[in-house]
Amino acid sequence: MTQAGTAPPASRTAAPRPRLPRRRGIELALIVLAVLLSVYGYCAVGLARTGSLPPGAAGYGAGLGALALLAHLAVRLRAPYADPLPLPIAVLLNGLGLVLIYRLDLQTPADRAAPAQLVWSTLGVGLFIVVVLVLRDHRVLQRYAYVCVAAALVLLLLPILFPAVNGARIWIRIAGFSIQPGEFAKVLLAVFFAAYLAANRSALAYTGRRIWRLQFPTGRVLGPIVTIWLLSVGVLVLERDLGTSLLFFGLFVVLLYVATGRTGWIAVGLVLAVLGAWAVGHLEPHVHGRIEDWLHPFGTIDAGQGPNQLAQSLFAFAAGGMTGTGLGLGHSTLIGFATKSDFILATAGEELGLAGLAAIFLLYALLVERGFRAALALREPFGRLLAVGLASILALQVFVIAGGVTGLIPLTGMAMPFLAQGGSSVVTNWAIVALLIRVSDSARSQYDGEEAP
Amino acid sequence: MAPYIRHALVFCGLLLLALLANAARVQVVEAGAYGDNPANRRSSIARYQQPRGNILVGGAPVTGSRDTGEQLRFERTYLDGPLYAPVTGFASQRFGSTFLEHAEDRLLSGTDPLLSGFPVWHDTASAPGGNVVTTLNARAQQAAYRGLGGRKGAVAAIEPATGKVLALVSTPSYDPARLSGNGTDASAAWERLNADPDKPMLNRAVRQTYPPGSTFKVVTAAAALDSGVITDVDAPTDSPDPYRLPGTTTRLTNEADGCRDASLREAFAWSCNTVFAKLGVDVGLKDMAATAGAFGFNDTKLKVPFAVAESTFDTVVDRAQLGLSSIGQYNTRATPLQMAMVSAAVANGGQARAPYLVERTTRAGGETVAGGGAHPLTQVMRASTASRLRELMRDAVERGTGGNGAIRGATVGGKTGTAQHGVGNTGLPYAWFVSWAQADGAPEPAVAVAVVVEDASADRGEISGGGDAAPIARDVMRAVLGS
Repeated sequence: MTQAGTAPPASRTAAPRPRLPRRRGIELALIVLAVLLSVYGYCAVGLARTGSLPPGAAGYGAGLGALALLAHLAVRLRAPYADPLPLPIAVLLNGLGLVLIYRLDLQTPADRAAPAQLVWSTLGVGLFIVVVLVLRDHRVLQRYAYVCVAAALVLLLLPILFPAVNGARIWIRIAGFSIQPGEFAKVLLAVFFAAYLAANRSALAYTGRRIWRLQFPTGRVLGPIVTIWLLSVGVLVLERDLGTSLLFFGLFVVLLYVATGRTGWIAVGLVLAVLGAWAVGHLEPHVHGRIEDWLHPFGTIDAGQGPNQLAQSLFAFAAGGMTGTGLGLGHSTLIGFATKSDFILATAGEELGLAGLAAIFLLYALLVERGFRAALALREPFGRLLAVGLASILALQVFVIAGGVTGLIPLTGMAMPFLAQGGSSVVTNWAIVALLIRVSDSARSQYDGEEAP
Repeated sequence: MAPYIRHALVFCGLLLLALLANAARVQVVEAGAYGDNPANRRSSIARYQQPRGNILVGGAPVTGSRDTGEQLRFERTYLDGPLYAPVTGFASQRFGSTFLEHAEDRLLSGTDPLLSGFPVWHDTASAPGGNVVTTLNARAQQAAYRGLGGRKGAVAAIEPATGKVLALVSTPSYDPARLSGNGTDASAAWERLNADPDKPMLNRAVRQTYPPGSTFKVVTAAAALDSGVITDVDAPTDSPDPYRLPGTTTRLTNEADGCRDASLREAFAWSCNTVFAKLGVDVGLKDMAATAGAFGFNDTKLKVPFAVAESTFDTVVDRAQLGLSSIGQYNTRATPLQMAMVSAAVANGGQARAPYLVERTTRAGGETVAGGGAHPLTQVMRASTASRLRELMRDAVERGTGGNGAIRGATVGGKTGTAQHGVGNTGLPYAWFVSWAQADGAPEPAVAVAVVVEDASADRGEISGGGDAAPIARDVMRAVLGS
């Protein structure tokens, strides 16, 4: 295994070559833009709700700016070749999320979430900086694959010891803080899947029994990973965290396909997914209700019980129309419970309109695309699979939650990355961005001083 | 591995496209339907976000708005709610709105495009609610309400020359403020008002029709004079007493004596059923129906600006039924407003203007948005017929059944009525009085009034238009003349 940045001596020539552009200046400029946009949104909310600039606008801008600047300095110092887009996108999404939560806080003065979210965002950026500074080479993670999976399983199992919150056992409460360990488990599991599949991809693709057009690997190779996967999904089903179990399922299928190139895995995955969804939908009353709501979003209105959350969410999106009502001027608080977390996108849709919503989707899409681009640029399978895995986590999360609140698919409680209220989620997503920065730095620095491939 | 990574990337792209397409569906394609869903509270929130404009009587608002601080922020309040309820109606967050509150809702709520400086923008921003200036005369309104007291009945008063509605009262009334909110109080009030056998929310002045009884003889007399059946109001009419309705054995009698062969003047003053039933038959269905129609009967489209119930004169009748119809019985029915219109047409020299309640509408700042508009003038009868009828009505007050309507310092014309109703005429009769008044020295009559009292709790024999209804009309006319 070659170390990052060291190229085979044979390819070195005497002639001086231009260095790859590092583009840190672009990153800085985009970060400044992202912070300014967030401060603008914060001011817009204040002006709309109270008619005056919010008193904390300067502090908010300074805080967000300082955090972003520190993260930028860490990248400049330890990942100079990294892709310049992920960090500004994360800053903008996180800043916008804080604005939306602040805006919703104004209507629920008794239950303010923005201050805690700011603390968690600070922790997230801190973790980002630590990862960028400490993790010099992402391939180190490969060595800790089994530590990762063990930690992931412990984290997933922990909430069972704690009381359920709103029907789901996915939180643990320590000293007033509630943590969702399943969020952290995502990254750990992605690392494990990437490492295991990178090590065993040949065996998975080319050994074992062939049934019809499917090449089944031997149980010895497939066994451990399927066991881990089934364990995590099983635990999540027990905890009623269907969003995350769907995410793990999707992540596993995508990585298996990318590692082996076998289309059959997708077919198997889809069949399993449909079967699983059918079984859970019929056996679990909670999930059954969600599916009923999805099929008939206005059923409760017709039954004279008033609009349910999904109907209220659809009303909010519809009220936004093309250009939205303007920040602070919508009525997404009608959704009630979980407006700041699961349904935060409804506020974005109502107050920023389809235009704003599309912009947010495109920011996520760009972040995902940069992850895949890093994967394509890398040359070793672990890094590639890790980058694909991390990008897929983001993409699947966005699809599952955004599809849920807009009525495209049944609703499953999940957090919109960076946007939604939720400490564990923000911290985890900053860790994901940190790893993407690290991977993209490796991808681009491996060519520096070397002939273009 | 690279192609598979690209496939996965394409897959993620497809997920994004699905999200965008679905968002466009919800936010653009379905947006209208979702916005109109009655369970979507956004339109209500927007509607009650600002105070409603006011309804003005005599330059002062009789309505107001209260900031509740709740989601549906502003609630309607009323000054003298029961007094003006037949005009304002109610504006409830829960039960909708009625009468002027309903008819002028777009203006009052601020959504009327006329209010906006840039009419194109009215979809996105609503202006402050505008005001509705009514034609009501506060003193006449109060006099009518006080006069009716605790009894069931209604009063309508019109300015004959213009058609302005000066008073519109219905009793028993209710306070529309009790229905303003959307809480349990409003629901309880709604239940109670709807269950009340006295129907306090029924607007008797414009939404209830009554048999007009003898007050309809004004119409019959107009038809007889206009058609030439009567040329001399003092000539005997060649009418028997009792009068056998044509083609039947039914004999019609009178309350008063001296109706046999009475002149039109005498018959009008003493309200002879026999004379007028025969007159109606002599005039014939065609001319009777034409005259009644010219006064406003059988008009389904009258609005002031809220709809007025249709007053009817049946045009598919035999001669006996025509005789009864001509004395305001059988299928002849009229709203109190219609009978005020009859009196106003006589007072105004045979010409009638459509009645209206809204003088003009203004922006919150006071600039006029729209005036009352030109109200069409119709020639109801010949001017000579009107002037003879004015004489007859004056006689009825000065020396006939309408003596209680007289006012010192003014010329008053009137006609009493006592309409029987109920199965076999067992119900307490309705007491009617229609009249007009002209102050001495004034160029034209200032007011025409119709009063109906449903059932005064007196002995049946004492219930009469002259006894129960005329004093109320007198007070209303006096209020208008004095102001």
